[in-house]
Amino acid sequence: MYKYNEFDEAFVRERNRQFANQVERRIDGTLTEEEFRPLRLMNGLYLQLHAYMLRVAIPYGTLDSAKMRQLAMIADKFDKGYGHFTTRQNIQYNWPKLPEVPAILDALADVEMHALQTSGNTIRNVTSDHFAGAAADEIADPRPVAELLRQWSTDHPEFQFLGRKFKFAVGASEHDRAVLRAHDVAVQIVKNDAGETGYKIFVGGGLGRTPMIGKVLTDFLPAKDLLPYCEAILTVYNTLGRRDNKYKARIKITVHENGIDEYRRLVDEQFALIRPTFSGVDQEMLKEIEGHFPAPTYINAPLDAYDAAYEADPVFRAWADTNLSAHKNDNYAIATISIKAHGETPGDATSEQMRVMADLAEEYAHNELRISHEQNVILPHVHKSNLPAIHARLKEHGLATANFGLISDIIACPGMDYCALATARSIPVAQEIALRFDELKLEHEIGELKLKISGCINACGHHHVGHIGILGLDRAGVENYQITLGGDGSENAAVGERAGPGFAYDELVPAIERLIKGYLEVREDASETFIQAYRRLGSAPFKAALYPDATKKNAA
Amino acid sequence: MARKFTPKVVTANDLLDGDVIYLTATNEWSRDHADAQLIEDEALAEERLAHAAGDFARLVGPYLADAVAGENGPEPVHFREAFRTRGPSNYNHGKQAEA
Ligand code: SF4
Repeated sequence: MYKYNEFDEAFVRERNRQFANQVERRIDGTLTEEEFRPLRLMNGLYLQLHAYMLRVAIPYGTLDSAKMRQLAMIADKFDKGYGHFTTRQNIQYNWPKLPEVPAILDALADVEMHALQTSGNTIRNVTSDHFAGAAADEIADPRPVAELLRQWSTDHPEFQFLGRKFKFAVGASEHDRAVLRAHDVAVQIVKNDAGETGYKIFVGGGLGRTPMIGKVLTDFLPAKDLLPYCEAILTVYNTLGRRDNKYKARIKITVHENGIDEYRRLVDEQFALIRPTFSGVDQEMLKEIEGHFPAPTYINAPLDAYDAAYEADPVFRAWADTNLSAHKNDNYAIATISIKAHGETPGDATSEQMRVMADLAEEYAHNELRISHEQNVILPHVHKSNLPAIHARLKEHGLATANFGLISDIIACPGMDYCALATARSIPVAQEIALRFDELKLEHEIGELKLKISGCINACGHHHVGHIGILGLDRAGVENYQITLGGDGSENAAVGERAGPGFAYDELVPAIERLIKGYLEVREDASETFIQAYRRLGSAPFKAALYPDATKKNAA
Repeated sequence: MARKFTPKVVTANDLLDGDVIYLTATNEWSRDHADAQLIEDEALAEERLAHAAGDFARLVGPYLADAVAGENGPEPVHFREAFRTRGPSNYNHGKQAEA
């Protein structure tokens, strides 16, 4: 589990005290908004369309029940009884009041949480595989490395004023669940032929205005070289990166403009200089951090209860088939709790739901919870005998939707319902698509499908890497939605291709329905997923389904 | 000839709770778009915006938004401004909940 060290404790308390003072001075008129804005952003406080928004970091998506209960308490006491889990493994509160924000930050600090580095041109919350520590296919738990990077980057003097925000992600399996290749720098824990553990490093990935898939900087970095190597990457970026244009200031542009080979050469050069200045203290730190992430003390129990429920209860069976993933311990499962009930807002959980999930984690799942970038909550360690009881409780609270990885398991950013930068809404689009496919009773037949929606080109909803991506735009004062096809956020990462002209709000759901029905017609059999069919056939049959009139015209 | 000026209102967010507010003709801040002063002249618009900026101790981010005269007062033109008069579409929160 993520633990504050002494430095963090003192640092966070002091920052909160300073911020309380700054809020006071803003309210009494001593500070102007120009002066206050950077200060509030450093503490995760944004202004949205209808209210402030506080973004709270959940480092690498890991929580325990005490933290989850505190998030619920804050939702009740200071907000409207819910929170929104984001694609950055953060939680956002949409209705905090400025005078109360210092009290919220103190309540977070009480459970070793904070809102630091959730904004600004710094190294942001380090994200990781949400199945970390549990996945059957991982080489090691990636979170200690994520934590090492977090400690190294937090308030690092050189990295507070970067050209732009900077995002790290860490994974540890070939199957990429953390969208590694869409991050500025990504670390994949790997083993070489000699069986030694090291890191594969990707650089220059990112979505937004200019989407790019990260490139391999090195296939194998010895474990002890991680921090000096990352520092070399950052130093080269700081020297070379453009500051003349905000959109060109991301490392993806630096890598693209200079070429990956040149970037690698410069990093190697820097690395040779920096390497000797690292005394090895970072490796001792990593050892200590690893001690904070012990594997659970697995229980041994018969699986009869699970087998019986699986046989007898079709609803449980559908949930188990859809929402469970392979755990490294055969008697265990990773359970994904969908917070995407059909028609609900993707990623939102009420305070009551948060408490239910906290209780379940405590009673049945070694007290661990995870937030995924796909905006779901995960119980990473569940002995299978406990699954029927968990499922029964989830059902009572609208949390048992069996749609993990299906078309209604949509990523949607807040869009123009909240976000001040939005060009169109995303949430109602997600709600309507989910409701429509639930009504058609088609989603299990469709199978694995990643649909992702962003309300503007910033792409917080990862639409570029959706098998189907939707981007909301403002076309001459009307909401308009552009569809991209064939994107992929996994180890087969690809940026989706624009399908054609955009759709008006009312045309969008029927268009998606045509697209899906088109796919069902052309797929080889039920085992061929949407993205596989797209790769085999190319875009033509999918475009034909989306734009039937255009196809007719061309044929005429 | 100069381009025709699209009428404007001055809008901002309240400093304390972030709620959307509008500048009235009597220098009050109202939470209701219909109470806003509809400004039909460019020079006046700049002057009213400058006035709003001086009120920084009670608001955040004042700007001019397009508006048209309606039955009960000014109405928003762009959908973004229309959403700001109501609140989010996924919950009955914000202004629509208070109406
Ligand atoms: S993608 Fe755009 S609209 Fe959506 S949350 Fe990000 S900035 Fe806001």
